[in-house]
Amino acid sequence: MTIRVSKLWFGYALAMAWFYVLLWPLLGIKADGLEFGASFAIWSKVAVASAILLGLYQLKKVGAFGFVERPAKVVGKAAGAVAARVPTWVALALVAAVAVAFPFFTERYAHDVAISVLVYIILGLGLNVVVGLAGLLDLGYIAFFGVGAYTYALLSVHFGLSFWLCLPIAGGFAAIAGCIIGYPTLRMRGDYLAIVTLGFGEIVRIVINNWMSLTNGPNGILGIKAPGIYWWNGKGFEHMLLNSLEQLYYIILALAVFTIVAVYRLNHSRIGRAFEAVREDQTAAELMGVDTLRIKLLAYALGAVFGGLAGTFFAARMKFVSPESFTFIESAMVLSMVVLGGMGSIPGVILGAVTLIALPEVFRGFELYRMFVFGGVMAGMMIFRPKGLWPAKRMGARSEERE
Amino acid sequence: MATLELSEISVRFGGLQALTDVSFCVREGDIVGLIGPNGAGKTTVFNVITGVYQTSAGQVRYDGTPLRALRPHKILALGVARTFQNIRLFQNMTALENVMVAQHCRTRVGVLGAVLRLPSQKREEERIRQRSLEALEFMDLGEFAGELASNMAYGLQRRLEIARALATEPKTILLDEPAAGLNPAESRDLMHTIGRISELGINILMVEHDMKVVMGICRHIVVLDHGVMIAEGKPEEIQRDPRVIEAYLGNELN
Repeated sequence: MTIRVSKLWFGYALAMAWFYVLLWPLLGIKADGLEFGASFAIWSKVAVASAILLGLYQLKKVGAFGFVERPAKVVGKAAGAVAARVPTWVALALVAAVAVAFPFFTERYAHDVAISVLVYIILGLGLNVVVGLAGLLDLGYIAFFGVGAYTYALLSVHFGLSFWLCLPIAGGFAAIAGCIIGYPTLRMRGDYLAIVTLGFGEIVRIVINNWMSLTNGPNGILGIKAPGIYWWNGKGFEHMLLNSLEQLYYIILALAVFTIVAVYRLNHSRIGRAFEAVREDQTAAELMGVDTLRIKLLAYALGAVFGGLAGTFFAARMKFVSPESFTFIESAMVLSMVVLGGMGSIPGVILGAVTLIALPEVFRGFELYRMFVFGGVMAGMMIFRPKGLWPAKRMGARSEERE
Repeated sequence: MATLELSEISVRFGGLQALTDVSFCVREGDIVGLIGPNGAGKTTVFNVITGVYQTSAGQVRYDGTPLRALRPHKILALGVARTFQNIRLFQNMTALENVMVAQHCRTRVGVLGAVLRLPSQKREEERIRQRSLEALEFMDLGEFAGELASNMAYGLQRRLEIARALATEPKTILLDEPAAGLNPAESRDLMHTIGRISELGINILMVEHDMKVVMGICRHIVVLDHGVMIAEGKPEEIQRDPRVIEAYLGNELN
């Protein structure tokens, strides 16, 4: 026991020393010389806080908190039993009600954040088809978002086509782009695939950036129309643009719900199973009758369609598009959501999108340390919950769940 | 007539001649054993039949259709299914899902049907489920339907592989060392199972090292050594064949 305890504290000391080595260069190297005060102050706070947490953890291990834990366990079990008895549709209805009522009890800023979260949910679910289900690592996914956004931007500005008509068109263009990247990579696996997709993402961005005559290059395209609807005003139908944030919120909510339903149904169909078989063992899948080349192409195309839909909405919401919105960091962000939430899991990806978009907004004060914390969280996740926050559920109960 | 016919098959990998002029048939109702020492080219024969490797010379025909240039999933759709020597299940899927994947080539519904949940898709999905459960039941795996393949015991995984192959609704099944790693009781069960598969009207070609199993159920045996067919015939003939004995036990010392 004592040996284990001292080992734990030795690890703690090592981790803290390492943390300081990381922290000091960030805070202590200034233009006018080296400084130790500020970094040491922050470091000591973190060190004390984690020492207290570690101490509490050890006390818990010994059982010092039995008087709180036992009742808490009973309450937790009872709550779990109640939750298990509530049918899934009730839980879903509750979530839906909250989502629909959301704009009524929140303000502009919250609407804005919610819209971004929903856009990223669609992107995450689309990428989830490619990465989570079919197991094809795609580092250039944001390209399809860009293709969708520019398709709508150009059609809207030059031809005045409506948002609703452009949704399927942009989805189609994105699917074609998906096939274009999918086709040459069909016979690649693993690292090679990742590098080619990374390259493809950059190609799309650089083409947009340099094709001045079509895309207006880095200056972007201005004056994109918002979605419009025909509205009954008492005398006749009147065309109305949905400009306000609440209206846009409902549009993206509807798109997100469509995406969730579509991905869920795909997942539980023969196509979804074929995707997963390809992920598990491509050769065995081919020998069990799955046309792996076609299925992989389909995975790229389907993932791209959702990216294109999200892109169309993005252009309509911002009323402006420029290549800056489609950089590699965005692809990495969407991929992180999928990995963080749980590959192949729909609620997981949704949770991942909420975590990575909404939480940084809540902790605005720590904005400078965002990437630092982000990296730490990702590293911790891979150690403690490698299957994600909400791992994918399999069909049929597993034996350990049945008991 | 679902006859699998190999005529003068040769396969070469670079400088290595893996198979030389191998010819034999698996006829309706047959249980054929393919035996030979390690490295004789038995699994290569399977890979040629299922389209993983291309032949350098010779022809494989199934029902008279040449299989050359057909991709593996097409060959499977014609009715030739296989299992693997080193188990290749979809590890992170449940037993039921593993078997359901095998129904892929027998079903048609596409993306739109799946997204819109058309009535035809629901009917098809129900049928896939039904057939898959039947295949699991046939291999006595019904109670493991919800189990992850990776959590199943070795012997069960072997059986699940056969269930998956059966779910593709084959007319011919290729079993690659189905008894490898099984204990004697499991081997006896396996022999019984292979008998039942044969009774379903499915032709069987199996590679196997366990001579008790091979001699017990095969009606016809083909012996390979260094990629060359050295003997072919009934089990009792094979057991007496001097070339087979030589291949397995080596030359008599002069």
